[in-house]
Amino acid sequence: MAQPAIYSLFIINKSGGLIYYKDYGSAGRMDTNDSLRLASLWHSMHAISQQLSPIPGCTGIDLLQAHNFDLHCFQSLTGTKFFVICETGAQNMETLLKAIYELYTDFVLKNPFYEMEMPIRCELFDLNIAQVIQKDRLALLGR
Amino acid sequence: MQFFGGSSLTSVAPEASPAPAAPPGTGTGANAQVLYVFNRNGVCLLYREWHRPLRTLDPAQDHKLMFGLLFSLRSFTAKIDPTTAEKGNLGVPLLPGQCCSFYSFKTNTYKLNFMESPSGIKLILITHPRTGDQRDALKHIYNLYVEYVVKNPLYAPGTPIK
Repeated sequence: MAQPAIYSLFIINKSGGLIYYKDYGSAGRMDTNDSLRLASLWHSMHAISQQLSPIPGCTGIDLLQAHNFDLHCFQSLTGTKFFVICETGAQNMETLLKAIYELYTDFVLKNPFYEMEMPIRCELFDLNIAQVIQKDRLALLGR
Repeated sequence: MQFFGGSSLTSVAPEASPAPAAPPGTGTGANAQVLYVFNRNGVCLLYREWHRPLRTLDPAQDHKLMFGLLFSLRSFTAKIDPTTAEKGNLGVPLLPGQCCSFYSFKTNTYKLNFMESPSGIKLILITHPRTGDQRDALKHIYNLYVEYVVKNPLYAPGTPIK
């Protein structure tokens, strides 16, 4: 089986609650409690990294490089954070995160039944996210 | 005569241990902004700053916050690591080198490079966000630490480096 380019996707609301989590083939299962905890941990570390900046105007961590994976994070103007766990050295993740943000505005925020800051349960959003991720994976495999 | 010509040089005590060679591309270090060295108990052994216009906290608080951030990021990366199935519990302290660790993170204003030695010495180098991989530079700094601090008989372990 080919290595997935993207391992998982998280969306966190502005107070650090996990509102969307999707796994695309990580090794080992992560239970709901762990994903919630990781999301709020990321939220607070994002905030601490802003305080530790030696230069004014810091907006938090964009990219975390670990030995086995990369984490790309995008924060929208309203404070919603999107982050993906992907292979080390994966390219164009900023574009992917922007595309996911666009889908979020189109299929979640414009959904009249969606309550703000609550977990996302929108069928169209799920469908389109799966398409975008699949397209991205094909593009990575085809290079 | 030429044998004595170098007498002034030989009279100088030979250097006990020459500095390890700097890796290529380390440059003059003009890019580095802040350097922290912590031991495994979270004591800040060394703090240097070259370019830091913004200070939000007093030094002691700043060191504590930095160590706390590294500690949490370490357990975060160990837990979220998608390539290993066996992951410990979140929040349990990790041994140096145990599980997956991170080596850098980037924000829009700075890049933090991190290295942890097997004895738990943590080296943190903050540079410009568009700096490349600094792992070799950190290894070099660690070599300097081993050479001139650990091998110094007057140095008491766990105290700030003077």
